[in-house]
Amino acid sequence: MCKSDQPTTSITRTDLERATASGPDQTRRVLILTALATGACLASAGSSIAQEDLPGSSERPQKADVLVYSEGERAGDAIRPADLKAGGPPVRAWPKDPKTSVVRKGSRLNEILVVKLDPAELDDETRARAADGVVAYSVICVHTGCPITAWVKAASGDKDVFKCVCHNSEYDPRQSAQVVFGPAPRRLPALPLAADDGTLTVAAAFIGKVGAQTGR
Amino acid sequence: MALKQWLLAVLLASTCLVPIATAGPIENYSPVTADRLKNPEPGNWMHYRRTYDGQGYSPLDQINTTNVKNLAPVWTFSTGVVEGHEAPPIINNGIMFIATPSGQVIALNAKTGDEYWRYKRQLPEDLFQLHPTNRGVGLWQDKVYLATTDDHLVALDAKTGKVVWDTKVQDYKKGQYLTLMPLVVDGKVIVGGSGGEFGVRGYVVAFDAETGKELWRTFTIPGPGEPGHETWSGDDWKTGGAPAWMTGTYDTETRTIYWGTGNAAPWPGETHPGDNLYSTSVLALDPDSGKLKSYFQYHPNDSWDWDEVDAPMLIDLQRDGRTIKSLIHPGRNAIFWVLERKPEGIKYVAGWPFVYTDVWKGIDPSGKPIVDPAHKPGVGKRVEFCPSLWGGKDWPSAAYSQRTGLVYVPANENFCGGFTGEKVPLKPGQLWLGTKPEDIGLTPRPGATHFGELQAWDPVTGKKAWSHNFPKSQLFGSVTATAGDLILVGGTNDRMFRAFHAKTGELLWEQKTNSGIMAMPIAYEVDGTQYIAVQSGWGVDAQRIQDALAGKVPGFENNVPQGGVVWVFAVKK
Repeated sequence: MCKSDQPTTSITRTDLERATASGPDQTRRVLILTALATGACLASAGSSIAQEDLPGSSERPQKADVLVYSEGERAGDAIRPADLKAGGPPVRAWPKDPKTSVVRKGSRLNEILVVKLDPAELDDETRARAADGVVAYSVICVHTGCPITAWVKAASGDKDVFKCVCHNSEYDPRQSAQVVFGPAPRRLPALPLAADDGTLTVAAAFIGKVGAQTGR
Repeated sequence: MALKQWLLAVLLASTCLVPIATAGPIENYSPVTADRLKNPEPGNWMHYRRTYDGQGYSPLDQINTTNVKNLAPVWTFSTGVVEGHEAPPIINNGIMFIATPSGQVIALNAKTGDEYWRYKRQLPEDLFQLHPTNRGVGLWQDKVYLATTDDHLVALDAKTGKVVWDTKVQDYKKGQYLTLMPLVVDGKVIVGGSGGEFGVRGYVVAFDAETGKELWRTFTIPGPGEPGHETWSGDDWKTGGAPAWMTGTYDTETRTIYWGTGNAAPWPGETHPGDNLYSTSVLALDPDSGKLKSYFQYHPNDSWDWDEVDAPMLIDLQRDGRTIKSLIHPGRNAIFWVLERKPEGIKYVAGWPFVYTDVWKGIDPSGKPIVDPAHKPGVGKRVEFCPSLWGGKDWPSAAYSQRTGLVYVPANENFCGGFTGEKVPLKPGQLWLGTKPEDIGLTPRPGATHFGELQAWDPVTGKKAWSHNFPKSQLFGSVTATAGDLILVGGTNDRMFRAFHAKTGELLWEQKTNSGIMAMPIAYEVDGTQYIAVQSGWGVDAQRIQDALAGKVPGFENNVPQGGVVWVFAVKK
């Protein structure tokens, strides 16, 4: 019997059809889906298929994806604006495909920072991407790819901002996450949100390139 | 070619005032042999610290205390990348190899600064670079070896820069990465892994220089059944750290590699009870098999993030009426260590604090520091300690002058630190410090008059010969000594590159550069002219210290621009 520490995931016929279409990792996807369908275990490190290997799990957030907590006691639960404390701190989230229930945690570049702010503090661009005062950005610092882990008073000013503790870059989520301190070369990619039936969903793909600058 | 262009080309080629840029493959490259690595020519710099013994000493003396005042830039070269440029330029008979952050290697004409070729690694887009840096390339025969932050070892053709082989060392997605200059011994390319912040199990590994095939791998934490395993509790050994992220030194007589190891993970000692061998140690390894011959642990049960990875210098000392084949290591744990390489293993000789510390009450006769529990971080409590987690001296290397007999240490004095320990589960590929990163403190000691301190120590008597203090800056750069009685170092936030008198500590010369200097300066010679070279390019931990102190110390500079430039100097004639 297969044992897994991952939540079970339902795979629909649509996924099988999608996996057999042309595209990257096509063979691997078919193998994985076949294994899933037959209940077989893959022999990788003696465990069953990881959530990270499911089709679509590495794809960037898609429109209509639901945001779910990525850590803590509520990991996997949908995030509701009403559950978030205004003024922060931010929570970390994964996008989840509502059709297949696949959580897109196959790439660390898919993880998202979600924070609820006073809508009056948001600039026009940010407000247009917010849902009930909640804004979302990539968790990956664009300097060297570390995750942003801190919500602290800005080096200049009295407002709390995102801080990457690797090299001290700071971003203001009220102003499209523009860089307000440190070596980061550009703002964080923003993820437009909507609020459907009290849960947060993705309204459009990331605006901006996710991940660190590379090379020169 | 159009007539106009042809005429212009002829005109330029015949005009001695216009340099012709070199490009393309290197001709007449000098193969790097075992003999040349054992006895490098005085004008070359083919090891991390020029020689296997790690002394950081150049026998060149054309640039000296008399004429250094006339030292001037002869050429510069922009690397085109930001972050910490920590590599010494590597020199082989007129060819200079520069390694930079982001996995670049640039081959330059060491006389003119013209570029021959450039290798630029395509790093994965999801790479998590806590330490975006590189400390240099190793050489063997007609190849150049680069260790990368996505945890590969790459062999390049020295003449063209083309990839000869590319070997995955471990998995960057699990927080394993490489930043060091490979050590090359008798056709083996040897590297050690980084990742102490990610809960890895450290290792030193050797590859065949021709094929990239792995030859041996020695884990720095012993597994079940191996001696030393009993110094760990339960499964802590699997994630206990002890990374090995700096180039080792090598005793060519006994054929023994000496390799430093890093912190135990996570930081608070009570999360990994025991002495935790072989973290914060020096290992003596057989280069052919990787077998552990001997070891010395600088301090047990590390709780301060005090990596002792900077490999010890091999120096023959006259002490107590005999020659001691010593290992000299000014430690991150604030203790200046004098050890002896004996046939039966590494033995403690002497140790003393070279900066203020409140962590140690003393050292017992076996060489084990006696800890003050009040300054040892634990879980659920905030503990302050001196020096800070960057230590009395971090990875930047000290140097030894064969003329003065002194060891020159880039020390940091009057820095203290602290954090609140916590016990959290490891998530592979994510930071696992045992504290919240934003909780890490760096504070000046009350009444501090300075921070950075270039120190000159007599390793025989334990007496400080001189020191030069920096009131408004840390000192975070490697030191080089020359036979011209010069001590060369950058390391300060005023972007200066400096030369001191090796005997007196007098500041003889300084030059402001584009950025701060963390890298090791070198001396080299081409066609009878001697040069000094260094990379300027601030970042990584030098920048972290600076950011942490800005606002706490009036006048402490917090605006050091980034961007790498190779600077080459010679005496104006």
